[in-house]
Amino acid sequence: MNVEEALDGKRICICGGSGGVGKTTTAAAIAMGVAAEGKKVAVVTIDPARRLANSLGLEELGNEPHLVDSKLFEAAGLPMKGELWAMMLDPKRTFDEVIEQLAPDEKTRDDVLGNRIYQQLSSAVAGSQEYTAIAKLYELDREHDFDLLVLDTPPSRNALDFLDAPDRLTQFFEGRALQVFLRPTGLAARVMGRGTGMVFGVLKRVTGVDLLQDLSVFFRAIGGMIDGFKERAVQVNKLLADPQTVFLLVTSPEREPIDEAIYFWRKLKAARMPFGGVIVNRVHHDLLGDAEPGDVAAELSGELGEKLAERVAENFRDYHVLAERDRRNIERLEAKLARPRVITIPYLDEDVHDIEGLTRIHRFLFATDEQRRDLLDAVVA
Amino acid sequence: MAALLDKRLVFVTGKGGVGKSTVALALGLLAARRGLRTIVAEVAHQDRVARVFGRDDSHFREVELADDLYTISIDPQHAIEEYLRLQLPVKALADVLWSSRMFQYFAAATPGMSELVTIGKVWELAQLERRTRDAARYDLVIVDAPATGQGVATMRAPKTFADIARVGPIANQGRAIHAMITDPESTGVVAVALPEEMPVNETLSLRDSLRSELGLGLDRVVVNGVYEQRFSGRDATALRRASETAATPTARAAVRAALSAHLRARGQREQVARLAEGTGDAPVLLPFLFQGDLDLPAYERLSEQLEAEL
Repeated sequence: MNVEEALDGKRICICGGSGGVGKTTTAAAIAMGVAAEGKKVAVVTIDPARRLANSLGLEELGNEPHLVDSKLFEAAGLPMKGELWAMMLDPKRTFDEVIEQLAPDEKTRDDVLGNRIYQQLSSAVAGSQEYTAIAKLYELDREHDFDLLVLDTPPSRNALDFLDAPDRLTQFFEGRALQVFLRPTGLAARVMGRGTGMVFGVLKRVTGVDLLQDLSVFFRAIGGMIDGFKERAVQVNKLLADPQTVFLLVTSPEREPIDEAIYFWRKLKAARMPFGGVIVNRVHHDLLGDAEPGDVAAELSGELGEKLAERVAENFRDYHVLAERDRRNIERLEAKLARPRVITIPYLDEDVHDIEGLTRIHRFLFATDEQRRDLLDAVVA
Repeated sequence: MAALLDKRLVFVTGKGGVGKSTVALALGLLAARRGLRTIVAEVAHQDRVARVFGRDDSHFREVELADDLYTISIDPQHAIEEYLRLQLPVKALADVLWSSRMFQYFAAATPGMSELVTIGKVWELAQLERRTRDAARYDLVIVDAPATGQGVATMRAPKTFADIARVGPIANQGRAIHAMITDPESTGVVAVALPEEMPVNETLSLRDSLRSELGLGLDRVVVNGVYEQRFSGRDATALRRASETAATPTARAAVRAALSAHLRARGQREQVARLAEGTGDAPVLLPFLFQGDLDLPAYERLSEQLEAEL
């Protein structure tokens, strides 16, 4: 399989996986590859490496995609027939925009934006990045005419956070948490009036009154937007489960990221979200075959001298340990996936930090299985 | 580093995937070897430390792994229940609150509450006089903290809540916790990085946000997965020549792997230099271990390396 097949007929591509596995560069390389074929593509990155961001011209502020100069790709040897748009997500600003869109009036908007509990929620709390990434995706899908949107997801340790973000927020608004605060005899009323209930009395004792007051202002203000949030979450869920959406998992071949990828795949399956395949970055392919590293030392000692040849063999032995590890982990991944759809990308000599680097992984992503084997031989030999 | 182990509370943080847990455990092994009663606290539902010892029962329980080495996996749900019981010594009152749906919703709905109770539990573990009954006292609490951005947010939660609450129990405790974690005498922060661009950037921005938001400095930076420098520039020249002439595919592959290792090691050295320049301090370097999964002997090795480098 390759990325082109996985993206056939798709409008939205979400790249998931644990932190530090090359998710951002993979997302960027995918978007670039599809754009090069003549499509209008946007990639939403969460936290790109500075050099990569700079090379895509992302250093400017702004929470909207902007067009990357096509000359940059041509300079790196990739003719750009379409358009690549890129943006860096600003979670706080995206959250504020959602509030602005959903607030029924200016006062409610200002009450929420000025509330300290909200400020905490929108900037620092676990889950806010997940929620805003999806909110941005939804907005881009609705208000622009991209052929394909590629989303790089936050480096959640827990894949669950990301998939559940819209639902969790809906549950929060539907749940009795808010109702407790909002109904006429609810907590908010009691905080404002004279609280007499036993639970309230105890709660006050634990938290202090000021905190309860800030909370009730927050809940009351945001309560006016419940329907808006709910409606939005329904739409977002529809978008995630849409047949034109696809999830690609990105991982490295170490045990823990592979475990996460398997876990994420199970979650996708359980939630009936469309799964497109797994991209395994930084793979040490087996270069040794049936040979012995010792033979290598003997063979090279004439050319390199005995000492250097021995170090080359020793390095090769170490490399082979990692190749073995990677092979075992990838086999485990393939055994779990009902239909193995795995693309492996070799461990390249340098990290990807510019458009030229993107073109190096791009070749592997978009090659057929056969072409990929040839590419690998070329890299190796 | 002796100074680091003299503290009561050490946060180990860094970008996702850089090996925070590895360093937290290696540090724990080192502290325990020195006779400090040490607990490694995990906060992300992972029970990773316990698993290295073949245990899986550290869920909100303080589990003894070896002499002087303990672990606990902290989750917010348990932490909040415990907090409530400590706060309301009259058991009946705590029960009323805990079983009231209103409180459950309140706890689940309040942004930042999980972070607050998590750090509260960490603080409680580090107290000389433990608040939980029959609990033992630790000389050192090592926190395998959440990834960088979230880590600072967690550490800042007590202050945020103290500011919002102004008066009352949460305000008082928030201030007490904040005072401890911003006191360099009692609290240290270790940043973990890999010798790659992104983790180095993140370490430098962690240093900035720790300073601006908590007034704390980084005590040490540890770089994981550093390749030894096997090949010199002159070796590389010879290798490049050999890559043209080597007779068999295997020999070519071996030469290629050597050149690749040379380039990788050079790239790593550049990143380590950038990190050292950015922080103004030479980081502690831990070697890349060429093996499948890390086992206890591997952690011991890293812990010895840590000791030698400190």
